[in-house]
Amino acid sequence: MAKVVVITSGKGGVGKTTTAAAFAAGLALRGHKTVVIDFDVGLRNLDLIMGCERRVVFDFINVINGDANLNQALIKDKRNDNLFIFPTSQTRDKDALRREGVDRVLEELKTQFDYIVCDSPAGIEHGAITALYFADSAIIVTNPEVSSVRDSDRIIGILASRSRRAERNEPPVELNLLLTRYDPGRVAKGEMLTVEDVKEILSIPLLGVIPESESVLRASNTGTPVAFDSESLAGRAYLDAVARFLGEQREMRFVKPERRNLFRVLFGKA
Amino acid sequence: MGLLNLFFSPHRHSAAIAKERLKIVLAHERAGRHAPDFLPKLQKELIDVVCRYVEIREDMIRVNLGKSGETSLLEINIELDGAKPMLTPAHAGLAGAARAAPPVKSG
Repeated sequence: MAKVVVITSGKGGVGKTTTAAAFAAGLALRGHKTVVIDFDVGLRNLDLIMGCERRVVFDFINVINGDANLNQALIKDKRNDNLFIFPTSQTRDKDALRREGVDRVLEELKTQFDYIVCDSPAGIEHGAITALYFADSAIIVTNPEVSSVRDSDRIIGILASRSRRAERNEPPVELNLLLTRYDPGRVAKGEMLTVEDVKEILSIPLLGVIPESESVLRASNTGTPVAFDSESLAGRAYLDAVARFLGEQREMRFVKPERRNLFRVLFGKA
Repeated sequence: MGLLNLFFSPHRHSAAIAKERLKIVLAHERAGRHAPDFLPKLQKELIDVVCRYVEIREDMIRVNLGKSGETSLLEINIELDGAKPMLTPAHAGLAGAARAAPPVKSG
């Protein structure tokens, strides 16, 4: 049975699109047929992060409106056969994302894919609510910082009350915390909330910790999901998170300050 | 953390401050999250009604929506210590009407 996974946060700039791209890539690497959908109508960016911006012909809104069919709009990833990208439209009409239309498209995607990863826009407006409405599972992307943690708490509340599962009295949306931009060095100095602090405050299961890493900007510069960079700490941390999502036990890595060895200093590996 | 750090890193405890602030603000926001929309209006009207009979200040009335097991509990606390009964004719009339007392003819 296909699973709809929403990547959400409330606050902007915490790493939702990076996470959606990396997570979808990670699921595809594990052999699951995966599509990643951009819900940020009017501010399309997933295509850039996935490196397929020049291959966009039809988009999500075209398919909702019946101007194109699904297979015309889906972009097949060139690096992994299991991975597909579903870009959004650059229209300024935010209401173009009609709920019945989204429902119909998701139902069609469910017949073709194992995982449907929805990249939510920031905020709690129409696009964000539509992205989380159909979710079976949610990944709450949070930075160890006060405004991000507060907004995550708000989104957790909205998932519990306004998702379709909540409306239909079905089992609740499965919640997972993903802590991103974590800097173990600053945590050790008492300058940043610890993993345990955030876990305790939000009280949802921790899926993973992604360390602050230069490789994330490098990945977005080149249009490569960071999970395809298995050399980088962030890439490895995302692959761990995907493994945990699939039910495996993995020790939490990259949460302690790293000793800088000569190799890293000389070659600048992040 | 050595002694030196104590002197040279003034922001050492900022994460602890962040955690404390978050706990307080979220406790407050979570409490309000499940409250029905009518609660503030109900609270205001209750105060208005009570004020017709006794003179109370706004801080002497507390309305709280809580949960006790499966039951939702609307708790209303009104402090009457030091509150004066209303004695103006208009209020006395209202109070009389509320008790449905027969009107007394004078003269």
